[in-house]
Amino acid sequence: MARLEIQNLHAEVNEEGGEQILMGVDLEVESGEIHALMGPNGSGKSTMAKVIAGHPAYTVTEGEVLIHLEDGDFGEDFEIPEDKRTWNLLDLEPNERAALGVFLGFQYPAEIEGVTMVNFLRTALNAKLEEREELFEEDEGEEDEAEESGYATSPMEGPVDEGEVGVAEFQGLLREKMELLDMDEKFATRYLNAGFSGGEKKQNEVLQAAILEPSIAVLDEIDSGLDIDRLQDVSAGINALRDEQGTGVLQITHYQRILDYVEPDHVHIMLDGKVVKSGGPELAEELEDKGYDWVREEVYGTA
Amino acid sequence: MSSEQDHLKETDTEARFEFKKEQRAAFKSEKGLTEETIRVISEDKDEPEWMLERRLRALRQFHEMPMPTDWPGQPDLSEVDVDEIVPYIRPDIETRGGAESWEDLPEEIKDTFDKLGIPEAEKNALSGVGAQYESEIVYQNMQEQWQEKGVVFMDMDRAVREHPEIVEEYFMTKCVPPSDNKFAALHGAVWSGGSFVYVPEGVTVEMPIQAYFRMNSEGMGQFEHTLIIAEENSEVHYIEGCSAPKYSAFNLHSGGVEVFVKEGAHVQYSTVQNWSKNTYNLNTKRAIVEKDGTMEWVSGSMGSKATMLYPCSILKGPGATDNHITIAFAGKGQNIDTGAKVYHNAPDTKSTIESKSISKDGGRTNYRGLVHIADGATNSSTSVECDALMFDNESTSDTMPYMEIEESKVDVAHEATVGKIGDEDVFYLQSRGLDDDDAKQMIVAGFIEPITEELPIEYAVELNRLIELEMEGSLG
Repeated sequence: MARLEIQNLHAEVNEEGGEQILMGVDLEVESGEIHALMGPNGSGKSTMAKVIAGHPAYTVTEGEVLIHLEDGDFGEDFEIPEDKRTWNLLDLEPNERAALGVFLGFQYPAEIEGVTMVNFLRTALNAKLEEREELFEEDEGEEDEAEESGYATSPMEGPVDEGEVGVAEFQGLLREKMELLDMDEKFATRYLNAGFSGGEKKQNEVLQAAILEPSIAVLDEIDSGLDIDRLQDVSAGINALRDEQGTGVLQITHYQRILDYVEPDHVHIMLDGKVVKSGGPELAEELEDKGYDWVREEVYGTA
Repeated sequence: MSSEQDHLKETDTEARFEFKKEQRAAFKSEKGLTEETIRVISEDKDEPEWMLERRLRALRQFHEMPMPTDWPGQPDLSEVDVDEIVPYIRPDIETRGGAESWEDLPEEIKDTFDKLGIPEAEKNALSGVGAQYESEIVYQNMQEQWQEKGVVFMDMDRAVREHPEIVEEYFMTKCVPPSDNKFAALHGAVWSGGSFVYVPEGVTVEMPIQAYFRMNSEGMGQFEHTLIIAEENSEVHYIEGCSAPKYSAFNLHSGGVEVFVKEGAHVQYSTVQNWSKNTYNLNTKRAIVEKDGTMEWVSGSMGSKATMLYPCSILKGPGATDNHITIAFAGKGQNIDTGAKVYHNAPDTKSTIESKSISKDGGRTNYRGLVHIADGATNSSTSVECDALMFDNESTSDTMPYMEIEESKVDVAHEATVGKIGDEDVFYLQSRGLDDDDAKQMIVAGFIEPITEELPIEYAVELNRLIELEMEGSLG
């Protein structure tokens, strides 16, 4: 069971006189749980998601983002040493955070021409496995050796290195996950997000989470721009992440709609860069009925 | 020597480019360029009188012509001093005109190609390979079935002796005359080695014909000549790889390529070139395309201090087609000036030009193109697309597309994009587990994908590896 713990997180836009956006966020997500994070536009939800993943546009001025790991989080054979069970993500590169099982589903995913889905996903999966090995290696300071070994991540399909997922094996995995999401096989050979519709991009984000098997997935407005059929497919994918892989999901959304299909265990409300209220699924329904004004009154009115 | 030389040492990224062999030459011409030098080269090659005369005429033209100096944004050629070049070195190999098998080659030469990974293709028996080491083809393997069909693939020096009637007719007469430009004239005077490909009427050569050139000695020039003749309704794909290790003195590569695409024929000429950072790479490449013929140029230009290269197609017959795909990569201290030229001289001709460039660490890439549609070339169409990708704000990329349209009933399109490697794109890939370098490499690999998909797998891998090497060291 992995646990993401956000403590008193403050962050600002990374430029001179940059605006402060996060004003002390506290939040915890455990693997196997589904959390919904709701809030009006501009309240800091997307910023928080990006800060968790390590986006270079933001500077953290205060607080911590910790991940707590246990044996079994990375498969049965992967033993996690006592002294490497807690990491502060803020000290790590984005790819290292990914290797520790943190996934960010983007609201607006990048489009990369010329890179096929199948090539990208296999490269990403192998890069994550390799980075994870390095992070948990007993001896530090031996990184140079790995550097010299050459072209492990050549974009062309090269020979498989030890411990890598090979092309044939990967294609089986990909096919299985795509069936789960009701995605057309043709996706595998298309270029990453290039020319994808809004709905296809969102499906692709969930597909990537299914392949990379994160402990914690932060999904930023995964429901925006989806028609009802796609919404159901994407929701089924998210539920499968939780049920089959035990992923903990932090679902950022504006609307109750997706929560009809992906039922949250916890709902949090963010206002002005802080989580101001938390509760069960009923909290989302209340928001749907009454909007955010009553929350604002409750938070600021009594102050 | 100078700080310039020190700088060159710093910029080479990989041990294999440092790698060079002690020179063991059987014959080495004197430095500099005189009539006497030309006579010695020609005599050593046992050439017929007409070839010597062509060389001497080209030499005179070379001395008469000025250096190109007034092109906007052109590379600085002031360092190119022909008197400092050794124009001709013949490696010490007993069998003139090429060893019959790989095993017959001297160890040092095998070793050099081994380091470059070239024999892999041969070991896999994918196709015939002619490899040129210094100035002569030292190894050639020709598939038997080609010979049976009358296909000729041999080094150019041997072709002069064995197919004089064809060579005399086509060699620098109709396609690239020495008067074309100063470096074509130089090439005509001192050319040595290269490939001769002749495909008879109606013959399709299914597998690509491959040649590999390497410049291995300090301060030498390499001037290989490639002559491809594809008779009516024939089809051939010729692939050339080139590289040069690094030396303290500058090198000059001035190749010449002439392609004759006869009626209904189809020729693809592909090249991946990686020159040392002190090589001046100044080439002339041209194809003449007859009725309903198709010419395709695919080129990747890596390395070199300066490259000036604009493969040209003359669409002479109605319905002739030309496709250009080019990619250039310029790092610190490099100026890669490439492009394409197409002359639409007949009706219903078509051309497409797709140019991609990558620049980083202050490198400079230029796209210099010319599309000429002659009066009377009705229903012709051309489409030009230039994309530039930059790593940083210090690098430069210029697009200079000239269009000379003399006919109104034509379809002309031009599109250019310039972009920096996007932070959001890099972050997206990083968030999926790729580190910063791998993320950028993946974006670049995707950017050049239109080139790599046109090449056989070993060349595509080689191109990707070269770009990875170029990108290393500057990142992170």
